[in-house]
Amino acid sequence: MTTLFQQLINGLSLGSIYALLALGYTMVYGIIKLINFAHGDIYMLGAFWGYYTINYWHFNFIFALLSAMVVCAASGVIIEYFAYRPLRHAPRITALITAIGVSYFLENGMSYLYGADTRDFPQVIKQVNYSLWGVRVSNIQILILATACLLMILLQLIIKKTKMGRAMRAVSVDPDAAELVGININQTISFTFALGSSMAGAAGVLIGLYYNSIDPLMGMTPGIKAFVAAVVGGIGSVPGASLGGFLIGLLETAVQSVGLSAYKDAAVYLVLIIILLVLPSGIFGKNVKEKV
Amino acid sequence: MTTLLNVEELVKNFGGLTAVSDVNMHLNDDELVALIGPNGAGKTTLFNLLTGVIGPSSGSITFRGTDGTISLNGMKAYKIANLGMARTFQNIRLFKELSVLDNVLIAMTAHYKEGFFQSVFRLPKFYKTESQIRKEAIELLKIFDLQNDLDKLAKNLPYGIQRRLEIVRGLAMKPKVLFLDEPAAGMNPEETADLTRLIRQVQRDFHITVLLIEHDMSLVMNLASRIYVLDHGSLLAEGTPTEIQQNKAVIKAYLGEEA
Amino acid sequence: MILKANWKYNLCWLILMVAGFYLMNTLILVGVINSFLENMMVTIGINIILAVGLNLVIGFAGQFSLGHAGFMAVGAYATAIIISKTPTAGAFYGSIIVGVIVAIVAALVVGIPTLRLRGDYLAIATMGAAEIIRIIINNLKITNGPSGMFNIPQFATWPVIYIMACVTTLIIVNFIHSRGGRAALAVREDEIAADSMGINVFKWKLAAFVLGAATAAVAGSMQASYLQTIAPSNFNIMESIAILIIVVLGGVGSITGSFVAAGILGVVDAALQSFGALRMVIYALVLILIMIFKPSGIMGATELSFKRLFNRKNKKQESGC
Repeated sequence: MTTLFQQLINGLSLGSIYALLALGYTMVYGIIKLINFAHGDIYMLGAFWGYYTINYWHFNFIFALLSAMVVCAASGVIIEYFAYRPLRHAPRITALITAIGVSYFLENGMSYLYGADTRDFPQVIKQVNYSLWGVRVSNIQILILATACLLMILLQLIIKKTKMGRAMRAVSVDPDAAELVGININQTISFTFALGSSMAGAAGVLIGLYYNSIDPLMGMTPGIKAFVAAVVGGIGSVPGASLGGFLIGLLETAVQSVGLSAYKDAAVYLVLIIILLVLPSGIFGKNVKEKV
Repeated sequence: MTTLLNVEELVKNFGGLTAVSDVNMHLNDDELVALIGPNGAGKTTLFNLLTGVIGPSSGSITFRGTDGTISLNGMKAYKIANLGMARTFQNIRLFKELSVLDNVLIAMTAHYKEGFFQSVFRLPKFYKTESQIRKEAIELLKIFDLQNDLDKLAKNLPYGIQRRLEIVRGLAMKPKVLFLDEPAAGMNPEETADLTRLIRQVQRDFHITVLLIEHDMSLVMNLASRIYVLDHGSLLAEGTPTEIQQNKAVIKAYLGEEA
Repeated sequence: MILKANWKYNLCWLILMVAGFYLMNTLILVGVINSFLENMMVTIGINIILAVGLNLVIGFAGQFSLGHAGFMAVGAYATAIIISKTPTAGAFYGSIIVGVIVAIVAALVVGIPTLRLRGDYLAIATMGAAEIIRIIINNLKITNGPSGMFNIPQFATWPVIYIMACVTTLIIVNFIHSRGGRAALAVREDEIAADSMGINVFKWKLAAFVLGAATAAVAGSMQASYLQTIAPSNFNIMESIAILIIVVLGGVGSITGSFVAAGILGVVDAALQSFGALRMVIYALVLILIMIFKPSGIMGATELSFKRLFNRKNKKQESGC
């Protein structure tokens, strides 16, 4: 029982990181139908920003987190403007390859500028472990979970309650109709990238704090897993991405805890395939059938 | 004349909406039948049921095939097609990026065989089959005056010709029944007149049964030997063009819509 | 009639292939192609096999697969395991066949459930399936786990790879221009229309997917025996993506494009070797720029065709007369 709760805590912490990342994938996919492969690398940028600002400018945690979100939002917008916007009407597979190109560029650019080696993330918050009925919970885990949940609620509010959020939903349903009723498509897409990238930036700082190590290629695997999470949840659906993230996180820790850590990724992909076979558009996705 | 396709008590529900309710109809060998009705009457849904694109909620569809009468309920669309049912679509569904010839060759897929090794190693048998099948396709295209457009991409053809190619493609399947879904949609009177001639010619020369959905009344009254009228998913009337023209319920349904 | 009309074009292709072979052979003999360049050429050849196979699946059958590297791994390990135990030429060729058969089985196991999915969902499912294959290889004893296999005997010399690239391309191109290929094209164009034409949509999707997987296994066999070392990490998602890049860069639906892109990327990669860490940065920028300025790829969907060349010449002569 104790181990179960222990794994639950570990799984939720990891899952909240995936969920934050998955939100960016799902929002971008929802609005321009692009698998933004560079999203995982935005998360890496966030982690590096946190590393530098804490180490050299002596930022505290909150400030590092918020500034990483702003910087990542800006990078997301810039990437969209230069790399994706020119391809808005090109075949989707072309935009996908461009996204892969951007991902390579960020990974290798960082390796070139700052070296490919792994660095220790500064422990800006001292780790304290609490023991609750035998379950070990660290203050960092609580912080990650709380921050992630707070951000997700905030995001949901922005999407549901603000004018920009309404514009986002409109563009994702029908961009042409949205334009006709006076929505600025470019602005809306930029805003979507800004929101998604800021979530990734936050996730980067949080993971640095949690795992204590960062490197330029750190975004690759979590990026793909988060995309899997978004697909499992139903790509385009914000609650789906959160749910998918937590599911993948829990699944990974569960497989690891039964001693099959070598197969943890395989289990994730297997669950992905099974879910897609039962629900071809994910858990919360809408299955649109072609009209004859 | 014997019944080729028989539909009994056919029902299709979409959630709470009944798109087709209790439809009884039949098609005989070698006749031209029209299906008319106001917009949203369920005509295309009925077509989709008959060709297996969607399955019925209840009722039965039977078809007299080469080895006796078979039920089409729950059969996959491609199997139904291979029994001898071809169709065109309301919003033309040609293989747009492929040539005119390829469009027709593809429709003949079920009518010839090419072994994998024959094809990939280009054995003499392959060339024999290919030249045979191409000849057939080109002959068919000639009848419809398309022999000079063999290598043109379907998407580059004028609208009226695209409609015509879709009919040719259906005929290439050597069907027993050809379903035409609003073939005159978007055509001017001159093109419609051409099309009317074409459909009559097809039905006569190929000895097939044609079921036609159409809004253009002059075309329907000119062509069809029998007419089914569908309204709100159920059959309103059935009869010869003259009978339908005098049917009070039909006039009401149409005037109701027009007014 | 077609037989007669076609022997001319077939002969042209044969001459081109033989000429290419002799050109390469001569250049190696006179020392213009050193071992570095030979290595580059062989990499291009293997990438051609991979890209042509993936192009069949994506460009012609319209099924977005991101799992090509998984099937490549199957071929590579089949060959590596067999010829490490029995280092004979016969075993090498046998191992290619074994790899192809295992890859076909794997493609059926992966394809039968996943090919019901569409677009990006299919891509992500096939990517997952390929990763599962790789993770299994990573954890098996017979494959020597994550450290991979070394000192695999070299039977795949450049002539073998050259011939294999020609043969697999011929098989795929001939398939595309036959009944099955046309059915696959119909599926790509419009599944509902294809269905109503009596085409078993699922069967032809699967056929193209399986054929693509089989050629990927051949490429894997070649790579294992040429490079003489393989590891599971050679066949990860990044490898599948690298093949996808060749296909898209060349033009989705153009076999000629896959050849051109494999060639260009091979040369660019070799030329950038001296740039060290900057190499991948430049590569990424080149990739982004080509995609922005040539969104449909280098060749679009057009092909090099002797038939068209001849016809064009004939037309010119006719108009001249």
